[in-house]
Amino acid sequence: MDFTEEQLKRYSRHIILPEVGGKGQKRILNARVLVVGAGGLGCPVGYYLAAAGVGTIGMVDNDSVELSNLQRQIAHSTRTIGVNKAESAKQTFEALNPDVSVIPIKDRLNSKNILDIIKDYDIVVDGTDNFPTRYLINDACVMTKKPLVSGAILRFEGQVTTILPGDGPCYRCLFEEPPPPGLVPSCQEAGVLGVLPGVIGALQATEVLKLILGKGKPLKGELLIYDALGANFRKVKIPKNEDCPVCGKEPRIRELVDYTEEYCSLT
Amino acid sequence: MKIRLNGDTAEFKEGLTVSELLRELEIEPRGVAVEVNMKIVKKKDFEGFRLKEGDSVEIVSFVGGG
Repeated sequence: MDFTEEQLKRYSRHIILPEVGGKGQKRILNARVLVVGAGGLGCPVGYYLAAAGVGTIGMVDNDSVELSNLQRQIAHSTRTIGVNKAESAKQTFEALNPDVSVIPIKDRLNSKNILDIIKDYDIVVDGTDNFPTRYLINDACVMTKKPLVSGAILRFEGQVTTILPGDGPCYRCLFEEPPPPGLVPSCQEAGVLGVLPGVIGALQATEVLKLILGKGKPLKGELLIYDALGANFRKVKIPKNEDCPVCGKEPRIRELVDYTEEYCSLT
Repeated sequence: MKIRLNGDTAEFKEGLTVSELLRELEIEPRGVAVEVNMKIVKKKDFEGFRLKEGDSVEIVSFVGGG
């Protein structure tokens, strides 16, 4: 399978799994995954994907590392305060695994640039901290039929779902429109237990690897909700909405929408 | 009447609407999606949608942090 000696060692615990094997590990090495947000969720997602050997990881973030991020954003460090987050994550992931090429995208996604950015990737991971970008990513992935692994966190609760456009519901099937501006607080406003994005990000990375390998059952048509205080996981079925404005039979949304900034609380 | 609320059994008065249920639980209706028996209830129907014995209700909050 033309692995180097070092790769055989590095990925030995994967290769020994019948569901992965040499063939699966090759697929992982050839995979291209875009992680939107190099924050609480993006850090563990990217970290585990880098460890697994995902060959190309795009990290999108236009923010710089701040001291208040370090309680949960594990790819960054005291040393990288002030550095762009995508760049800081690149340094960490490439130090972990030289097989991985991390492409830092120091931009905020919008309706003009998103299609051009996601077209180079097989799978998109949503780890953003605001609703406008969350809806933008959902709509862009539906329109371009790109698999999307979506995660969200707040306080002690996390949510994960996998969206396979054309094969199951999308985010808008459950939450048709963004909440009114200011109604749902951000992590900055309401807090988040530092380890929570670790749990949710690890679940997202698991979903990504399953999609790459084509193994197991993707978390599609279901929202997995984790309540850290209750130590409880709950799965809610998401029915496909035939009237969904973006993935329904007669979609009303045919162009990408930039929701106004007021939708998004401070990042 | 007994309903299933987020997977657990709960007791409420007969004929409770989705709006009344949210009010009783002190949940802001604009911050959640509500599913009854695996069908999404549109926000505009919260007021008129009456729950009945044995219904399975899921209330899912908007969570947007990352």
